[in-house]
Amino acid sequence: MSAINTIAFKPALCDGCGECMTACSTVKSVNGSAAQSRIQIIADPLKGSWELALCRQCGDPRCVADCPAAALSKEANGGLISWDAEKCVNCLLCTAGCVYAGIAFSADEGRVVKCDQCGGDPQCVKACPTQALTYLTSASIYNRWGDLEDLFVPGLGGCQGCNTEIVMRHTLRRVGSNTVLATPPGCIPGMGSVGYNGMAGTKVPVFHPLLTNTASMLTGIRRQFKRKGRNVTAMALAGDGGAGDVGFQSLSGAAERGEEILFVCVDNEGYMNTGAQRSGSTPYGAWTATTPLGTEAHGKVQDSKNMPLLMMWHRCAYVATASTAFMEDLYEKLEKALAASDHGFAYLHIYSPCTSGWRFPSGNNIEVARKAVETNFAILWEYQPDQGLRLSRPIDKPLPVVEYLKLLGKFKHLDAAQIQHIENHVAEQTKLFSELAGIGKGVERLAAAAPLSAGHERSSVSERLTR
Amino acid sequence: MERYDYLVVGASHAGLEAVRAIRAHDATGSIAMLNRDPVLPYSPTVLPYVVSGRSKEDRVALRDHPWFESLQTAYLERTQVSAVDAAKAVVRCADGKEIGYGKLLLATGAKPIIPPVSGLDGVPYHVLRTLDDALALRNAMGTAKHAVVLGAGLVGMHAAENLAKGKCQVTVVEMRDQVLPGYFDAEAAAMISAAFTGNGVEMLTKHRVTSVAKQGQQCVVKLENGEQRIADLLLVATGVTPEVDFLKGALDIERGIIVDEFMRTRVANVWAAGDVVQTRSFFGDGTPAGGILPDAVEQGRTAGMDMAGDPGVTPYPGGIPLNTYNFFGNRALSVGRDLPANAGTEWEVLRRNSAASASEPARYLKIVLRDNCLQGIFGVNVLFDPGIMWELILRRTNLSELRQQLLDHPQDTARAVMSGIWR
Ligand SMILES: Cc1cc2nc3c(=O)[nH]c(=O)nc-3n(C[C@H](O)[C@H](O)[C@H](O)COP(=O)(O)OP(=O)(O)OC[C@H]3O[C@@H](n4cnc5c(N)ncnc54)[C@H](O)[C@@H]3O)c2cc1C
Repeated sequence: MSAINTIAFKPALCDGCGECMTACSTVKSVNGSAAQSRIQIIADPLKGSWELALCRQCGDPRCVADCPAAALSKEANGGLISWDAEKCVNCLLCTAGCVYAGIAFSADEGRVVKCDQCGGDPQCVKACPTQALTYLTSASIYNRWGDLEDLFVPGLGGCQGCNTEIVMRHTLRRVGSNTVLATPPGCIPGMGSVGYNGMAGTKVPVFHPLLTNTASMLTGIRRQFKRKGRNVTAMALAGDGGAGDVGFQSLSGAAERGEEILFVCVDNEGYMNTGAQRSGSTPYGAWTATTPLGTEAHGKVQDSKNMPLLMMWHRCAYVATASTAFMEDLYEKLEKALAASDHGFAYLHIYSPCTSGWRFPSGNNIEVARKAVETNFAILWEYQPDQGLRLSRPIDKPLPVVEYLKLLGKFKHLDAAQIQHIENHVAEQTKLFSELAGIGKGVERLAAAAPLSAGHERSSVSERLTR
Repeated sequence: MERYDYLVVGASHAGLEAVRAIRAHDATGSIAMLNRDPVLPYSPTVLPYVVSGRSKEDRVALRDHPWFESLQTAYLERTQVSAVDAAKAVVRCADGKEIGYGKLLLATGAKPIIPPVSGLDGVPYHVLRTLDDALALRNAMGTAKHAVVLGAGLVGMHAAENLAKGKCQVTVVEMRDQVLPGYFDAEAAAMISAAFTGNGVEMLTKHRVTSVAKQGQQCVVKLENGEQRIADLLLVATGVTPEVDFLKGALDIERGIIVDEFMRTRVANVWAAGDVVQTRSFFGDGTPAGGILPDAVEQGRTAGMDMAGDPGVTPYPGGIPLNTYNFFGNRALSVGRDLPANAGTEWEVLRRNSAASASEPARYLKIVLRDNCLQGIFGVNVLFDPGIMWELILRRTNLSELRQQLLDHPQDTARAVMSGIWR
């Protein structure tokens, strides 16, 4: 079964203007009447909210199962549910199978009608002035990646709901078999990369360096292969502790020397594999096993250090932050990181909400990841030496930070002052990134900033960084 | 001996959905689907349209060979099961071949009831359950001038309309006091009946046929009240009964094979789903349940998931009557149950109707609530989404504050409620 593109609806952004219905019926219906629109926006009579009736192009569609005439089918390519006028007998049994009103009888047209996503260019989405409707095409990525070989073992010992499996499998699929993989101590070997019973957990050579020397070992491996005339991808899948704390000296050294390595840091903001201890990446206020709650202690007392920004100051060939809630963005960055690792150091920092260590229901991982980005708690950006820092999505209209904090058990105890502290920190980071991404100026400033030190503007930036 | 981890007997809605559900969870177990018919799977529900010519008989296959291949399922047509030996875990086929199974699903559906009318075995008559039946009926309709249809259920009513449109003089004889009993309430049924009368069909409800006899190429149908009708075409559509004869008592059977809420029979490693089982009513009362296509699908899914050990399986909640019925350009929809005879004060009925005018058809809507939860909704020429109404009944959603809106705008109101529930 292939993944499908989706027309997503955010009711909070909808003002009920009806432009989507006008657009749909203009192209789809026989008479342009909005009543025939395949998308229907309806006011809830009690709550006053805007609600949606639209085909979800289900994975196991009941309309198809309920059709006695074989008129409905789920397309193998693209996953749309298509309707065959010639076979349909107008019995309406499909409408009995649908709980979304995604297929319904149109009195004007004398038949059932449903959304076909306008062949990949949905007019309703184009017409929506408030972005309540968006067309999500990340599914095509999954389909493309699904065709690549999975280089991890089928079973993994990850915690329920952890997004690291996505990161591991998809990264290795893309990078391919011409790879040597380093997975220093942390969740990733814990999940099975180093294997069981003397068998490796991947179909590529994988090794388990010390926490401290991942980047050094990869340096040697990459160089030795090159010497032998082979161009292998030297890749690390490391946690934030292994990357940013005890492993930082070897990482910093390799980055500074411009070693040709693809270093992926899977940041779950602590040592989650060993029982949720704090790391340099743990945010202020968070509960961990080593920043407990008591009469005196109220969670971590320092802010996290911004690892990807530190890596940027090394002037790596490529640095980026990514989130599994924004997969198209993640994949684009993975492509660029992979390409950059052919001639220099590439550092990809992926946020990985930890269901068990951060205390949230295992079904919420992607939502947590999304909220982190939408509140600017985790800002998505990328850096290339010749282009400077670029924001991957606008950061000028964030959701309130508490929308993110309230999802997580590790922040449950926060008092007003602590929340204020975090809000200030996020606001400060946001300002900093707006400044770093300053139109036009970003390039020269960053190119000049890293190795040298001069100028008023830069000192204000570094002031903020060191605080 | 051939052997499959999963053996599905019957190739229609219940069986096909089960195969999909099994393969969704078990990527490697071997699966075979048996069908006594010599064709790809088709639905009995499409047959009236084959009779009318709307559907071409070679274009009704529910699935094709690539579908079976993609699910690595062997499709064995022309394979009729004649016995099940649960002790040996094998089925015996009509041609003597034995097929072993790990887990067995019986989804053999139903067959027409032949009422004990004297003389019936001596006259040529039609039924409608298989493609062969449909082709024979289509053939006969071409020449028939007078037809008698026994039974005013969906099968009989569809056929009567087809016949009437083919300029045939049709009489429908129904024992009960309304058409489509058990599907529609009396008022909707009266509107449906009126449309048939208006199109020249003779509707004899509360009538009983006592005997039939051959008379040349035709037959004489005698009624209890002493009248008679002459027919060159006699269609028996007095209901269905589960296709269980081949089991010869190998399983517990009452009004169908007895199953639990995961569609397990009382015999180990044997499941049953669809028209062949005795379906419990969701309402826990005498409301008729089962015998409809969406129920067969639900049951097939439940059985398939349970057979494969899918942890996502949920108990089958019981059957809720549901019908979508088009007649002479009108649309009737029904979901759920009507007000019972001895309804207490917790029951409530909302109703509206309007007579036909030059530009507008007659409309009718009735909503039955109990403790503010939807129990049934019946409409003629009033649009609503039956799937959403079904779900609202299943969820026992409280609709107390929305009663009037639901009556005035059933489609939009229910859509808004459902959409809110999904978020
Ligand atoms: C004319 C007609 C109109 C209908 N209209 C509607 C409608 O409008 N709405 C609605 O909801 N329902 C309708 N139904 C009912 C609906 O078709 C059934 O509920 C549904 O098909 C049941 O599916 P099933 O899979 O349980 O069995 P069936 O569809 O009956 O399929 C049984 C399968 O088992 C096979 N089989 C039987 N015995 C054996 C054996 N011994 N060995 C091997 N294979 C065997 C058959 O060949 C067939 O493939 C209608 C039925 C008919 C006949």
